[in-house]
This record gives sequence, structure tokens and C-alpha cells, in this order.
Amino acid sequence: MTFSINPLSDLQQMLHYQFMMNAFEAGTIVAIIAGITGYFVVLRRSAFTAHAFSEIGFAGAAAAVLVNVAPIAGLLGGSIMGGLAIAALGRRATNRDTQIGIVLAFSLGMGLLFISLYTGYATEAYSILFGEILGVSAGQVQLTLVAGILILLGVGFLYRPLLFSSLDEDVAEAKGIPLLFIGTVFMLLVAVAVSFAVQVTGVLLIFSLMVTPAATAQYVSRRPQTGMIIAVAIALGATWVGLFVAFYTPYPVSFFITAIAFGLYLAVRVVRAVIRPEKLPIASL
Amino acid sequence: MNITASEAVTVGVQPDLIAAEQLTAGYPRKTVWQNANFSFGRGEFVAVIGPNGAGKTTLFRMLLGLQQPISGSIKIFGKSPKRGNPQIGYVPQRHIIDSETNIESIELVRLGLSGKKWGFNPFVHRDREAAFAALESVGATELAHRSLGVLSGGELQRIFLAEALVSKPDILLLDEPLSNLDLRRETEMLHLVNDVVRTRGVTALLIAHNINPLLPHLDEVVYVANGKIATGKPSEVLTSESLTALYGVQVEVLRDPHGNVAIIGVEEHHGALA
Repeated sequence: MTFSINPLSDLQQMLHYQFMMNAFEAGTIVAIIAGITGYFVVLRRSAFTAHAFSEIGFAGAAAAVLVNVAPIAGLLGGSIMGGLAIAALGRRATNRDTQIGIVLAFSLGMGLLFISLYTGYATEAYSILFGEILGVSAGQVQLTLVAGILILLGVGFLYRPLLFSSLDEDVAEAKGIPLLFIGTVFMLLVAVAVSFAVQVTGVLLIFSLMVTPAATAQYVSRRPQTGMIIAVAIALGATWVGLFVAFYTPYPVSFFITAIAFGLYLAVRVVRAVIRPEKLPIASL
Repeated sequence: MNITASEAVTVGVQPDLIAAEQLTAGYPRKTVWQNANFSFGRGEFVAVIGPNGAGKTTLFRMLLGLQQPISGSIKIFGKSPKRGNPQIGYVPQRHIIDSETNIESIELVRLGLSGKKWGFNPFVHRDREAAFAALESVGATELAHRSLGVLSGGELQRIFLAEALVSKPDILLLDEPLSNLDLRRETEMLHLVNDVVRTRGVTALLIAHNINPLLPHLDEVVYVANGKIATGKPSEVLTSESLTALYGVQVEVLRDPHGNVAIIGVEEHHGALA
């Protein structure tokens, strides 16, 4: 298929296919939840933890494939167990790079073993590692929608104590905010968000929706609510444009999503380096 | 412009805001200090001084309900301390904000008021007004929309003070708010805290290393050393006799004509002649 002069008719042509409709719907939901949870992941400096979830989820997904269960069940199971374990380690656990790295490496190894036990056939592993949004079914879209609504409700409920404990843990603790509870629930929400985002970007490229848009947004806006909206907008833009371009080119969707998110991040950093922040009009953003 | 301690006391006899009896602090295997007795009324400015590791922050953690007494009692308005007491505003020690944190200051002050509440509140302007009022009271309205990550040490301390004051507490616990401040900022900060104490009737406990800049403002001193606590007026506590009794070794307190003190005979000198 090729681009025509009229992008609207291109869009129409593309959405004529059910698999593209599914991809757009799943991608939209995932971009929203990844942008919002990603904002707090970046604020709490927990990017590495989020990445660990996806790789523990990979082991789970590979195990699920081995016993003939839907990979998403294994992803959820693995990443939720990882989230609970990290939350149980305590309040500073998200900064324990070494321990998280050790578990992460072991999880990848386990995942590799399960995949090779399966048939030695690499397609499943490939789609979990790099994403297969074009293969999302209507049923999966519905499941993603349910998970997305749960995550939005969860973050909405936690919003103020979560923001407070992310910014100022010591005072939040003295104010009587239950840090362990907040940290645990947030880790579980991230685990679920990661599991569904893996459908779009794959285990290895999860940062492109979870971290890059939120990091870009935090450069642009000093207000958390505005920042979250910008993070969602970037994630949505990258996903939509990525799908659109990938449809008309022979290259993978995940590549375009990562490239667009990275390009925006780079552009914002360059602009910020040229215009010093103190010269920006106060309260403009 | 400073209202002196004696004037503040004549306002009337008030029940003790904070009272400790035979209070012992520490952990099951190791006490940090023991048998402390002290009481503070409303609107007092109290300095907490003593060597590193003597247990100054431990005292704060007890008042915040984060640590329980080993024995003895401590009461705030006649009740045992509990975590999340809205009567206490707290500025922790070495309170640093990551320089990458690009969030406007007023957001943190606002969270000091309503950060404990569940849910989302995009439209509550009352919070925002209260946060602005708190920033105004510490002379930091121009910092409201600046990013926390780019503020200097002195500016951050003002924001933290506003964050502590926004819920209108009766007690302020300030853990080393003067460290990392140059002399001018230190003086500004002390005047600010003193104004809050005198105009709002807030009782402030301030942990510091050097007692001398505080002396003009202070009502009481808590001296923590050698597993014991001595409290009283600065003129009573900062004497050779009282500190010798506290440390158990000969300690000499020297005074210069300006009233500055120097403490001689212990490893760390928490007062120095200016």
C-alpha cells in the first residue's frame, strides 16, 4: 500500500481493516495509561523498576505460552509478583538498582528457557520482546479497556498522597500518609500498565511509552496535571503516527513509536538548552 | 522589633503545649537519652543543641509519633503524640529536592495542606489561596511558580517553612534549617521563624549547631548530650556548672561582651565566639 495525496483517505483505507482498528484502540488506551503512570514513574525515579517489571513479565509470558495460556496472563502474573516483591522490600527499594538488576537478568534467562522448551520457535518470543500490536484481537482490546479504567481510577484515588510522597517522602510520612500502602498500590498499577503496554511496544521497548513521554513532559511543564496531559499527548501522538507510518512502510510499528518519542525528547532538550529555563516567562506553563 | 521572651510570658498562664516527664528515648537495646523533664508553652522559641548523634532528631521523631518512648511520658496538649498530628508542622533535616525535579513550588506548599487527602482536586482554589497565603507569610510569593529543582538552599528553606505553616500548626519542628545557609540567609531565616513564633503564637523547636545567632530570639534551650537532656532559659543552661553536670567532665562556658558563648572542654564546640 502506498500513501496517496489525501491523508484522510489514507486513514479511511487503513481503518477499513479490523486489525488496524484493534491496533488503534489498544494503542490509544495503552498510550493514556502509560503516559499517566509514567509521569509518576519518572517523578519517583523508578524507571529501572518499571523496566524490571516488563522483564519479569517476559518470564511469566513465556511460561504462559509453554503451558498454552494467553501470554497476557503470564505477563500480569509475573509483573504483579515483581511489584509486590519490590514493594515489600521497603520504601527505598525502588532505588535498589543492583538487586533489581540481578532479578531482572535471572528473569530474562528463565524466559529464554521457557521459550526454548516450547518448540524452539522464536515468533512468540519475538512478539513479546518487541511487541505485536497488529496482532491484537477485539477481546484483548476489551481487556485492555477494563485494565485502563482500573488504572485511571487507581491513580485518581491515590493522586494527592502519591504526588506528596513522591516529592517529599519525609514530610509525607510525618503527616501520617501510609507510604508502604501507597507504594505497593502504585507498583501494582504500574505492573498492570506495563503488562498491557508490552502488547504495543514489547518488553524491551517499554520505555518509549512509559518513560520517554513523561520525561519529555516534565521538561516542558512545572504543573503535574499539565505534565500528565502532555505525557499522554506525546504517547498518543507517537502511537498513532507510528501505526499510520508503519501501515504504509515495511518497518515495524515499535520502531516508529520509539523513534518519534525519542525525537520529541531530543527536540525539547535542545530547545531547553538554548532557551535557559530562567528566561522563560514565569508561570507560562 | 522583636518581642522579648518575658513579654510573651506575661500574656497569661497557659497549659503546657509540650510536656515530658522522666522521658527515655532510644531502642530496646540502646537508650539514646534518659529521664528528661521539660515543658514548653504556647509561643516559645526553643533551640535544640548538642553533639551529632546525641539524639536531637530522636526528640522530634517522638513528638511526631514516629518513635515511641522507652519509658516515661511525653504529651502534646495533654495527649500522647500520634503520627499525622495536624498541630505539628515539620521541616526534616538535609531536606533536598532533586535538581531534576521540575515542579513549581506552590504545588509542594499546597500538598502540605491537602496532600493527605485521597483523590484528585483540580478545581479547589481554596487550597491554592491558602498556599499563596503561606508563601506570603514567609516572603516567598515570587517563588510560587519557580521550579523546586532550581531554588537555592535559602529559597528552598522558605518553601519548606511555608509547606509546614500552610496547615496552621501550633508547633513547628525545624531540623537544622540553618545548615548550608550563609550568614545573611541564616539571619533572615531566624527573623522569619521568630516572627512566626511571636505573631502566630506558634511554638518552634529548632535544631541548630551554633547557638549564638539564636540567642537574641530564644526563650528556652534544650541541650542534648551524654545521654541526658538539660532544659531551661539560655542563661541557666549555658553555664559552666550546668554543662559540667550534663557532660560529667569539666566544661567551661565563656562569654564575650556581646553575649556570645563559647563552650570549652568538649570535643565539639557548639558555640563559637563570633
